[in-house]
Amino acid sequence: MVEPRDRVIRYEELDTEFLEKLAEKVEPVFEEEEVLSVQACYQCGTCTGSCPSGRRTAYRTRVLMRKLQMGLVDEVIKSDELWMCTTCYTCYERCPRGVKIVDAIKATRNYAASEGHMAKAHRMVAMFVIKTGHAVPINDEIRETRKEIGLDEVPPTTHRYEEALEEVQKLVKLTGFDELIGYDWEKGELKD
Amino acid sequence: MAKKKLCFFLGCIMPNRYPGVEKATRLVFEKLGYELVDMDGASCCPAPGVFGSFDLKTWVTIAARNLSIAEEKGYDILTVCNGCYGSLNEANHLLKENDELRDFVNEKLAEIDREYKGTVEVHHVDTFLYEEVGVKKIEKQVERPLEKEDGEPLKVAVHYGCHLLKPSEVTDTPDSPEDPHTLDELVEALGAESVDYKDKIMCCGAGGGVRSRELKVSLHFTREKIMNMLEAGAECTTNVCPFCHLQFDRGQVEMKEHFEKLPPKELPVFHYCQLAGLAFGMDPDELALHTHQIDCTPVLEKLGLA
Repeated sequence: MVEPRDRVIRYEELDTEFLEKLAEKVEPVFEEEEVLSVQACYQCGTCTGSCPSGRRTAYRTRVLMRKLQMGLVDEVIKSDELWMCTTCYTCYERCPRGVKIVDAIKATRNYAASEGHMAKAHRMVAMFVIKTGHAVPINDEIRETRKEIGLDEVPPTTHRYEEALEEVQKLVKLTGFDELIGYDWEKGELKD
Repeated sequence: MAKKKLCFFLGCIMPNRYPGVEKATRLVFEKLGYELVDMDGASCCPAPGVFGSFDLKTWVTIAARNLSIAEEKGYDILTVCNGCYGSLNEANHLLKENDELRDFVNEKLAEIDREYKGTVEVHHVDTFLYEEVGVKKIEKQVERPLEKEDGEPLKVAVHYGCHLLKPSEVTDTPDSPEDPHTLDELVEALGAESVDYKDKIMCCGAGGGVRSRELKVSLHFTREKIMNMLEAGAECTTNVCPFCHLQFDRGQVEMKEHFEKLPPKELPVFHYCQLAGLAFGMDPDELALHTHQIDCTPVLEKLGLA
């Protein structure tokens, strides 16, 4: 059971520059004011009330926005709830304060990932893109179906062109994405 | 007159899991007088929710590479996937508006002898069919209206999905994100009836990395949507996104392992291009309907096609 004293939030636990750090993390993809828009949240709860994920999980968008404002970094980046948003943008459209909620969530997830909080299942999806150029690669059964219905057995993508796959692989090295997910180039799999 | 050309962006799930959707799209656009040009060497878009959540800089760089392939070909992009549309269209908007971002990306692309120029647009199939082609022209192509043998229209539950409509500041659809109508009209142009159902605009549950990380949570969305569709009397559901398509089709099988309370029956799942393909007179086998997890035969029987 949680003791009442454990619910006290102490000022020393807060990183009051958290939003600035998030903004910096995702620049220049998103401009600073998009992430800083979280500052405008006045906790009306339209987001939580609109959230299809919040209807069935403990995820509460409004709480997440408050934690971002306060700078409760660890609580946010180590939580499972951060990853319950399907990016449906319903809250984003309805927010009366114009908070770029989904952009802020993506920025926070980028920050969490860079701090090592990335699920194995997600690292696997990312690995497939590095290995094949596709998050969902082809298989033998689909090759057969493609032939049966008169399509080329292999689609004209990175699956067909080795040099195209090499381009994608060079880009992920340049952005450090391979390091982020812990990809082992020699073995062609995740490092752990 | 020369056929109008579009670059056909394939993505991942359509060519590698539901090739019948790819075949249907190619046939439908051929019938409508368009030539779909392959984007040789394209990759994953990459997926907006899941990839954007890991590293936005990598996301925008890979998206820009895909855009540069279409720029080389010289034609606008057509995608039949909300996810691919979400990524390519948003990346295109961001890159066109932000010089600093464009420089960041082009510095990377230069290493593979590419450049993002900002010379093409990205079109979602729903918006393109509604605005460029038009409902009237689609009606004219219908050889076999989606009517049952008693003459009543097939009842279809439309699923818009999310990234076709939202964020509305970057999507090009004429639809309101709260009350869209384009796909309903496109379905009715085929002779079917679009039935209204509870929480029609709700997400399928798959996006944002939720399907891969939290399968049961994502299926909880899907179960609710399928139940709502059945409650309204739908005989099938249609979508404009292979990821939503997979979530509804495979999801109805997966949910049996996760929940005791299940929808009262299975609901066949069609991508809009497959429905249009049937109405335009194509063979169900050519649309690879037999490879779906949920049997489409009940619908084909009602239409007198099986």
